[in-house]
Amino acid sequence: MFDLDLWREIFQSMNKNRTRTLLSGFTVAFAILLFTILIGIANGLGNTFQQGFADDAINAIFVRTGRTTKAYDGLQAGRRIQLKNEDFDYINEEFKDKIQYSTVRIFKSVNASYKGEKNNYSVRAVNPDHQFLEKTLIKDGRYISLLDLNNKSKSIVIGRLVEEDLFSKESALGEFINLSGINYKVVGVFTDEGNDNEERVIYMPATTAQLLYGNNDYVDEITLGYNPNLSVDEAIAFSNKLTKRLKDRFSVAPTDQSAVRVFNMASQNKAVSQFQFALGLIIIVIGLGTLIAGIVGISNIMIFIVKERTKEIGIRKALGAPPRKIVSLILLESIIITAIAGYLGLVLGVAILEWANPLLEDYFIKEAGVSTNIVVTATIILVLAGSLAGYLPAKKASKIKPIVALRND
Amino acid sequence: MLKISQLHKSYPIGDSSLHVLKGIDLEVESGEMVAIMGSSGSGKSTLLNIIGILDEADSGEYTLDDVEIKNLNEKKAAIYRNKFLGFIFQSFNLINYKNALENVALPLYYQGLKRKERQEKGKFHLKKVGLLDWAHHLPSELSGGQKQRVAIARALAADPKLLLADEPTGALDTTTSYEIMEFLQQLNDEGKTILIVTHEEDIAEMCKRIIRLRDGVIMEDKKVNQVRASQYV
Repeated sequence: MFDLDLWREIFQSMNKNRTRTLLSGFTVAFAILLFTILIGIANGLGNTFQQGFADDAINAIFVRTGRTTKAYDGLQAGRRIQLKNEDFDYINEEFKDKIQYSTVRIFKSVNASYKGEKNNYSVRAVNPDHQFLEKTLIKDGRYISLLDLNNKSKSIVIGRLVEEDLFSKESALGEFINLSGINYKVVGVFTDEGNDNEERVIYMPATTAQLLYGNNDYVDEITLGYNPNLSVDEAIAFSNKLTKRLKDRFSVAPTDQSAVRVFNMASQNKAVSQFQFALGLIIIVIGLGTLIAGIVGISNIMIFIVKERTKEIGIRKALGAPPRKIVSLILLESIIITAIAGYLGLVLGVAILEWANPLLEDYFIKEAGVSTNIVVTATIILVLAGSLAGYLPAKKASKIKPIVALRND
Repeated sequence: MLKISQLHKSYPIGDSSLHVLKGIDLEVESGEMVAIMGSSGSGKSTLLNIIGILDEADSGEYTLDDVEIKNLNEKKAAIYRNKFLGFIFQSFNLINYKNALENVALPLYYQGLKRKERQEKGKFHLKKVGLLDWAHHLPSELSGGQKQRVAIARALAADPKLLLADEPTGALDTTTSYEIMEFLQQLNDEGKTILIVTHEEDIAEMCKRIIRLRDGVIMEDKKVNQVRASQYV
């Protein structure tokens, strides 16, 4: 039931005892403010880290080759190892159940022109799976398809910034771009969460590049996405086995670090997840610390408030106030103050984070912010703690005999 | 109206206990104006607190308006206090952040009256003590005599059967004391039963009956010829 008179009493008491109201409000607001800012900054650090690795799929393995540095199996050092289509097929055949995605990569640099606009871009000739490995997001049209690959079609998918450079405001979809003398049809435009350079890339079918640039079956790099069901250790074992097989295949010394290079994100992921775990721990410690400080503060104030109001409580009791009404009077007042103050602290904290965000980016803190859930939970915890801290002395105060409360001293 | 028999009360002091009231027998009729006198430590305030249901006796019987006051829980005690008793304290005990009218209306709030009704009744009683013009002043803006009159209006607001005054003039100068006593006498003339604890002879003389306490027992209980306070004012 809504007791208008009770609320009137509460608001009068809050309004007439401003110092008390402001003091307890400030404690809670400040605690929530600190909580918001600290958690926000910690989240910002986490974001920076996350984005540093958001570019590529986290389960990726990269295979590259170079020159041998050691003589082995009757072959000289300095021999150049070249990956070819058959190596790609071999890997896919051999490790079928451990591979989720696979693609070849051939790197070229081209001069692109459309009408009057000209610019230099890097081209990646790939297989359709590349989209998932690079986490490419299609904005318009489609990605390179299997059909493109089989037909060796002159289809390309261009980055958002390529479209912006060459077509200004218009859509590039369906238009033809001249890449170093050959016309290609734009079948898609993509965006990428990585940095801007990733959006200045042009994708084309691997087979097309092999046909048009040298008419061979050479491959610059093979990228694999290992089965996400593999544990980190299993994934590392897989890449070790892969390395060994490839070294055998190319007759490279097992100790040759240069001829066949396999880079596994899994080993890096291990470090990343450890860092994120530590960061999470720091966030929890910061959050709990601020909360505890806030709880202690509000508890002190509540005990003080009840002490200060002892005489008033005695008067009210002498006039016939039942204990329940006295407890609810004190408690509701503290709940209202802490809830409003907590909300103000939250709003202020979020505002400060918003304002400081551009400045913080210089310190590797990106998009510092907090989830509303966390802060609302923190506020509720503070309100509850304040209520509990107020409830016990209020209950006690409602039980003391009025004569004790009304003593002149 | 009020009947007390064989009332005992002691307070623990350290390991031992202090026997404050040692078997009090007392009967007060409706319409009486009684002064309870005694030096400090005689147990007069303790007696008043027990009568006011602010404290509980260890043993003995206490009947107020034909209701036996015994083993009350806090809630019941609060209801009885609100219904039967009006308190006037030496230090006024007004709530300092509420204005005169709000202070007077507070017991009515705990009676569950509507706001409008509370305001009307509060104004009525403030008018009775001659402070209607001061209705919206805070206690800090009132003189001692005015504060006590507001406190009396508050005690009257719930229309209690019995007015209990604990040294009502203790914090006031002589002239103001007599003004307050004149007013209490008026209330008594209108039929209110009033109990006053005091240690001042002149104040006691203005009641109709004087009870003297000493070391927790009633030494003397006599009717007196009331001295009208109006002749001094």
